[in-house]
Amino acid sequence: MPDHSLTGHVVPSRVYILTFVALIVLTVLTTGVAYIDLGYFNTVVALVIAVSKATCVVLFFMGLKYHKGLTRIVIIAALLWLSFLIVLTLADMHSRDWAPLPQPWQKAALSEPHR
Amino acid sequence: MPEGPAPALVAEQFDDIIQQRDAASFGMWIFLATEILFFGGLFASYALYRSLYPAAFAAGSHLLKVAYGASYTVMLICSSLTMAMAVRSAQLGRRKPLIGFLVLTLLLGAAFVIIKLRWEWYGDYLEHLVPGVSFAPQGEALEVIRRFGAPLSHVALFMIFYFVMTGIHALHMVVGVGLLTFLIIMAYRGRFVSGDFNTVEMVGLYWHFVDIVWIFLFPLLYLIGGRY
Amino acid sequence: MSTATVEVPALPEVHYLNVNYGWRSWLFTTDHKRIAWLYLVSITFFFVVGGVAATLMRLNLIEPQGSLVEPATYNKLFTVHGLIMIFFFLAPAVPTVLGNFAIPIVIGARDVAFPKLNLLSWYLFIAGGGVFLYAVISGGVDTGWTFYTPLSTTYVNTNVLSAAMGIFISGFSSILTGLNFAVTIHKMRAPGMTWFRLPLFIWSMYAASLIFILAMPVIAITMVLIMLERIFHVGIFDPALGGDPILFQHLFWFFGHPEVYILILPSMGVISELVAAFSRRRVFGYSFVAFSSVAIAVISFLVWGHHMFVSGQSIYAGLVFSALSFAVAIPSAVKVFNWTATMYQGSVSYDAPMLYALGFIGLFTIGGLTGLFLASMAADIHLHDTYFVIAHFHYIMVGGAVMGYLGGLHYWWPKMTGRLYPETWARLSALIIFVGFNLTFGPQFILGYLGMPRRYAVYPPEFQALNVLSSAGASILAVGYVIPLIYMIWSLRYGPIAGPNPWGAKGLEWETSSPPPTHNFHETPIVTEEAYAYGARQEAHVA
Repeated sequence: MPDHSLTGHVVPSRVYILTFVALIVLTVLTTGVAYIDLGYFNTVVALVIAVSKATCVVLFFMGLKYHKGLTRIVIIAALLWLSFLIVLTLADMHSRDWAPLPQPWQKAALSEPHR
Repeated sequence: MPEGPAPALVAEQFDDIIQQRDAASFGMWIFLATEILFFGGLFASYALYRSLYPAAFAAGSHLLKVAYGASYTVMLICSSLTMAMAVRSAQLGRRKPLIGFLVLTLLLGAAFVIIKLRWEWYGDYLEHLVPGVSFAPQGEALEVIRRFGAPLSHVALFMIFYFVMTGIHALHMVVGVGLLTFLIIMAYRGRFVSGDFNTVEMVGLYWHFVDIVWIFLFPLLYLIGGRY
Repeated sequence: MSTATVEVPALPEVHYLNVNYGWRSWLFTTDHKRIAWLYLVSITFFFVVGGVAATLMRLNLIEPQGSLVEPATYNKLFTVHGLIMIFFFLAPAVPTVLGNFAIPIVIGARDVAFPKLNLLSWYLFIAGGGVFLYAVISGGVDTGWTFYTPLSTTYVNTNVLSAAMGIFISGFSSILTGLNFAVTIHKMRAPGMTWFRLPLFIWSMYAASLIFILAMPVIAITMVLIMLERIFHVGIFDPALGGDPILFQHLFWFFGHPEVYILILPSMGVISELVAAFSRRRVFGYSFVAFSSVAIAVISFLVWGHHMFVSGQSIYAGLVFSALSFAVAIPSAVKVFNWTATMYQGSVSYDAPMLYALGFIGLFTIGGLTGLFLASMAADIHLHDTYFVIAHFHYIMVGGAVMGYLGGLHYWWPKMTGRLYPETWARLSALIIFVGFNLTFGPQFILGYLGMPRRYAVYPPEFQALNVLSSAGASILAVGYVIPLIYMIWSLRYGPIAGPNPWGAKGLEWETSSPPPTHNFHETPIVTEEAYAYGARQEAHVA
């Protein structure tokens, strides 16, 4: 919640401007890194930078830094639930092939033309 | 300090303006949580297909122009700064800066939408890169896809996600621009500067959220597969 | 009526129903109590539409070769029945009618946090319902309520587009309702109304609101994808174009399973109120019941894969989903145990709402236990998509959710209208519904176990006896639903005046007049005791 005064919590403009600078720097960085071959890590770096940028926006522009626990729980819960969706769906997708393949006799039965 | 708000500004179900502001802010954060899951369905599907078809997604990404994505990102970050400053002006009861910052935010947001539709999407359309409307990559685009060895239908899948994700994001921008227009009119009439900055703050939260979505869309759509 | 009505019966001079008149005062109202009435009328309408579809299905199944409709029409009937009952009757039933009416009063607030948003929710609900009804009239929809791809996106020619649009719009109605309730419960409680003094109805409504907030957006975006795939013929879920139809099922059931708990959790909350009020005891293990609601809400999001055991989902994911599904039985069982423990040594009175509550406990237990059969992968391969599943979820949704809704409606009816319904008729109808329900769905367990698949217009002749029994039960069930409709309308005008607290129950809602004034209380109440503090009143009621 905002400060319990009439104006709420007023953040100094300096904080906003520093946040802005950080965001621009990170944008340049993420674009630049895309031109360097890091293999798998290109994706990792891109995501880490994106998360850092999002955190900057949430904490300072949106003022979550000045909010008490409840608001944070809301956002954390939403992200946790999103991770349920993504993790369990991908877990299914990537474990589908783990099951033992059909045995030779089953393969034969499957490939036999059905008339 | 500005004068206290007139009692009429507190809706009758609330005891005072603090409770009202608290409730509105909490409600807005919950709304943003629902938005996270709304976009989340798309991100989950995206994650699944990207992990299934990495080459096609890299190829698709190379059909987009990084310059567009990067400049949108900068525009949105600028607009987030002006939006934050607008809220601050409202808190401090400064009417003219409030209107100024709101107008700047509106202009940046409108520019985003117009550039995206008029140039980027229209360009994609001319290059036949829009699945469901006209999808038949030619020339350079076809080269790129061949280079990655990706089947066309899988590249189409990437383009679908590109259009749906950026499309729904752009729709949110349009709503935001509408809200800003409303705010500017009300601010011009003298609202929001006597402790009732609540509405500006709420629109601000929404605007920043839309910015955050783009912060993720930019690397996930425009920067896959290495530009080296 | 039991003994508690000796108090002076007189309607208050000014209350929320007579404060102003005319259609504007209703269609533009922001009073949560009037919005509850708007919902009551609308969902009753949808209940009738969904009920007609069910009636036609049961009539058709009297004969093995299908006695009434073409198979294609039958497909539309079960789809329309499912979609309407789930999205336009059950999901809104307890939250939007009883929740809207009771939440602000029970927590001692003047209204919900966002009254205009509340009204907007109703308009969205009506808009969504209207679009959906258009889909029904303009050729119907025959995908089943699950919209499985690629059937829904590629192969059927019916009006999937409008149906999906209707669900999409009404989804936002639910999101806004959930948001409104969550904020109301957090921010609008009367002084002294701490979290652990809240009646359990509020806890379960809170849990249901969380599900609305976290699950509904996913179905909304999924419906958008379905619509896009249909309009543009792109391959989001089409395996021929590289799409994954099982992804659709993941997205759908990520919403779909929690949705089931949206239907049952609010009713569980109602039952907690009823059991306490008519046993004159504080709910046994209050905090366990409270936290079990939240636990159900959380676990409900982790079990969705048990709908997909035979879909081609990985068996390893299936194992995890199966284990998690068993876990959800624990908080559900906690509730059932605690309700029965509350009645133990309570002075139980068998007023109509309590009869519904007792019905709920029995039927929900059967529904829950048969759910465990379906949660185990091996058994599910045999039972999947048979009438066993139909019977299972009707025991939860009709035996559970609808019983809870009707019980709650009877319980708060005197508060909503200021008048009592005829008690004898009410008890009779509760009994008829219980008997009719078991006759309808009991045989379906056997049918399913014997292997009769769901969603077919015809069946082998050896299943006829049980199907006829089921259809006969359905006609009794229908009578049970019509009776309350009649006597409740009757009671609006002719019912005896109830007085503020006809049940002698505890709770803030019983301290204000019946019907309450527009802002619920003449002065903001201050809460000084825990919920269900019945101790002192016990003897008074027994007399």
